[in-house]
Amino acid sequence: MFTFMSMPPFSTLDGQVAEIVARYPVSKRSAAMPVLHLIQETYGFISGESIEWAANKLELQPINLLELVTFYPMYRQKPVGKYHIKLCRTLSCALNGGEALCEHVLKKLNVKLNETTPDGRFTVSHVECIASCGTAPVAQVNEDFHEGLTPQKMDELIAKSV
Amino acid sequence: MPETKAIERRIVLANLDQPGYTPDIECYLKHGGYASLRKAAGMKPEEIVNEVKASQLRGRGGAGFACGVKWGFIRADEKKPIYLICNADESEPGTFKDRQIIDRDPHQLVEGMIISCFAVRAKLAYIYIRGEFAGGARILQKALDEARRNNFLGKNILGTDYSLEIYIHRGAGAYICGEETGLIESLEGKRAYPRIKPPYFPAVLGLYQCPTIVNNVETLCNAVHILRMGGAEYAKIGRPNNTGTRIVCVSGHVNKPGYYEIENGAWTLGQIVNDLAGGVRGGKKIKAIIPGGSSAKVLRMGEVIKLRQKQPDGSMAEKEMGILDIPYDFDNLQAAGTMSGSGAIIVMDETTDMVKAMNNINAFYAHESCGQCTPCREGSLWLQKITDRIVRGGGRASDPGLLINVADNIAGRTICAMGEATAWPVQSFVAKFRDEFEKACEKK
Repeated sequence: MFTFMSMPPFSTLDGQVAEIVARYPVSKRSAAMPVLHLIQETYGFISGESIEWAANKLELQPINLLELVTFYPMYRQKPVGKYHIKLCRTLSCALNGGEALCEHVLKKLNVKLNETTPDGRFTVSHVECIASCGTAPVAQVNEDFHEGLTPQKMDELIAKSV
Repeated sequence: MPETKAIERRIVLANLDQPGYTPDIECYLKHGGYASLRKAAGMKPEEIVNEVKASQLRGRGGAGFACGVKWGFIRADEKKPIYLICNADESEPGTFKDRQIIDRDPHQLVEGMIISCFAVRAKLAYIYIRGEFAGGARILQKALDEARRNNFLGKNILGTDYSLEIYIHRGAGAYICGEETGLIESLEGKRAYPRIKPPYFPAVLGLYQCPTIVNNVETLCNAVHILRMGGAEYAKIGRPNNTGTRIVCVSGHVNKPGYYEIENGAWTLGQIVNDLAGGVRGGKKIKAIIPGGSSAKVLRMGEVIKLRQKQPDGSMAEKEMGILDIPYDFDNLQAAGTMSGSGAIIVMDETTDMVKAMNNINAFYAHESCGQCTPCREGSLWLQKITDRIVRGGGRASDPGLLINVADNIAGRTICAMGEATAWPVQSFVAKFRDEFEKACEKK
C-alpha cells in the first residue's frame, strides 16, 4: 500500500502538469481530468491536499476538481491494494460465470467487495462492462486486461501478484 | 452452412488479425497505409465531404446518423474554430470492436481522423478514450507521435498549408461520456452532464461553444476506405441507406463469441449467431437475443416480427418472420422494433433467468445514470431495487406492472437518450417475458 512516507512532493509533478496543460490551448480547465489521473497514478489516490494543489495550478476552485472525483468512478479518495482486481459485473460476463468467479476471488482472498486484504496486496471491486465481452468473464488487474478467466486462472494470477 | 470467411467481409478489420501485423507505422505503411490521406491532401475539403455523403456512411457508435450530413452542418464560412472529437469511449455493454482497432491497428484510426479533420477544416482534435483503456491510450499516443514524425500530423501536413494537432483525453469510468454532449462537457473538465438539444447540437455549439464533429472510432476508420474506393463505390457495399460493412460483436452463450465484420444487411441475425458465432453452446436453444447493445430492446425466440420492408418497385410491404430471419442492418432492426445500436449482439440460451438478466442490466443503468434528470436518476435506481427484490424472493404481484410504469415515466422525459437506454430493456423484457416475471414474484 502507498504510505505518506514515500510520497514525492507535489512540485515533482510540475513538468508533467505543464505538458498536460499544453494539450488544451483553449481552456486550462480541460486539463482537470488528466491532472487527476496523474495525481492518482503518482500517489495511489486523490487527497484533499492534492486537490487544493491542482486547483491552484489550473486556476480553479477545489470544488471544481472534487466534483469530478466524486462523479467519475475511476477516481478514488482512498488508497487501494497494490493489485486492484476489477471484475466485470455486466451482462455478458455474468452470463459466462462472472458472479461465481467474483465469489471465488472474494473467498480465496477472504475479503468483501471493495475491501483490501490486511497485507495491502489486493483490493477487489466490480467494474462495469470493459469492452471485452467476447472473452468473458474478464477482469482488470490495475491497468492490465485478463480475459477468458476461470477460477484456476484467477488463482494463478493471484499467486503471481506479489 | 456458409463458412465464416464467406460471411465476413473485412474492410476495417482487414489487417489486424493477419499474422505478424503490428501497430507500428512501418507495418501500416507496408499495408498501404496513409495512401488515402495522400489522396485527400490533393482534394478540397468539400470534395471529401461529398465523397462521404455519396458513400451514405452512417455512424457506427449507436445512433446511426448519416456521417456526411453531420459533416455538412459545418458552414463553409464558419469563423469560429472547428473541432473534431473521436468518441473512443466504447462502453455500451456487449461492444468490444473499437478496442480491437485501437490496440492493434491504431494508425487506421489516426489516418481516418486526419482525413476527417481536413474535410471539416478542424485544426485541433481530441481522442476521448475511456479511462480503462490505459494501454490503448499509450498505443494511440505512440501512433500519433509516429504520424507526426512522418509529417502526417502537425504543421503543414504533407507539404500542404493544412496543420492539425490531435491529443488524447482519457475518461474515468463513466458510461455517460459516450453521449456526445456529455463527452464534450467531460472534455471541458466538468461532470459529464449531457446538454440540452437544441441549442447544443455539437456541430453548431460543441466544444468550447464552437462547431464540433463527434464521430465513433469505426466511423472514422471507414473514411479511409471511402477515400480509397470512392464514395459511390463504397455505397455499393451493403444496402441503400445501410451501406458499407459493420463490425458486429457477438457475446453471451455462443460457441464462438467475437467480433465479425459483415456487409450491412447481407446476413440475418440467425446467420450471424449460428453460422458466424457457432450457435449456442452445448446444443441448447436460444431464448433471447439483445441485438444492439444492452440499451436495445430484447428479441424473444418465437416471437413473430412484422417487418415493413421496401419492395424492389418502391412500395412498402409487411412480412412476418422469426427473429433469426431479420436481416442485420440499421433499418431492419429498427423496423423490428429494436435497434442495431453499436452492433453488439448478446445471446441468451434457454437456461437464462430473464429476471436475473434484467436485474443485471438495471444495475448497470442505475450505476451509470449521471443524476442530472430526476426521472433517470430516481427511476433507474427504483428499477434496480424492484428487480433486486424479485430476485431475492421479495417480489410483489404488482411489480411487473410497476417496472413498466417506472420505465414508461423515464423514456422521453430526460435530456439525453440514457432515459430510453434505461427504459427500453425493461419495457421489452417485462412485455416479452411477463410470465417469468410474474412467476418470480410469487417466489418467497
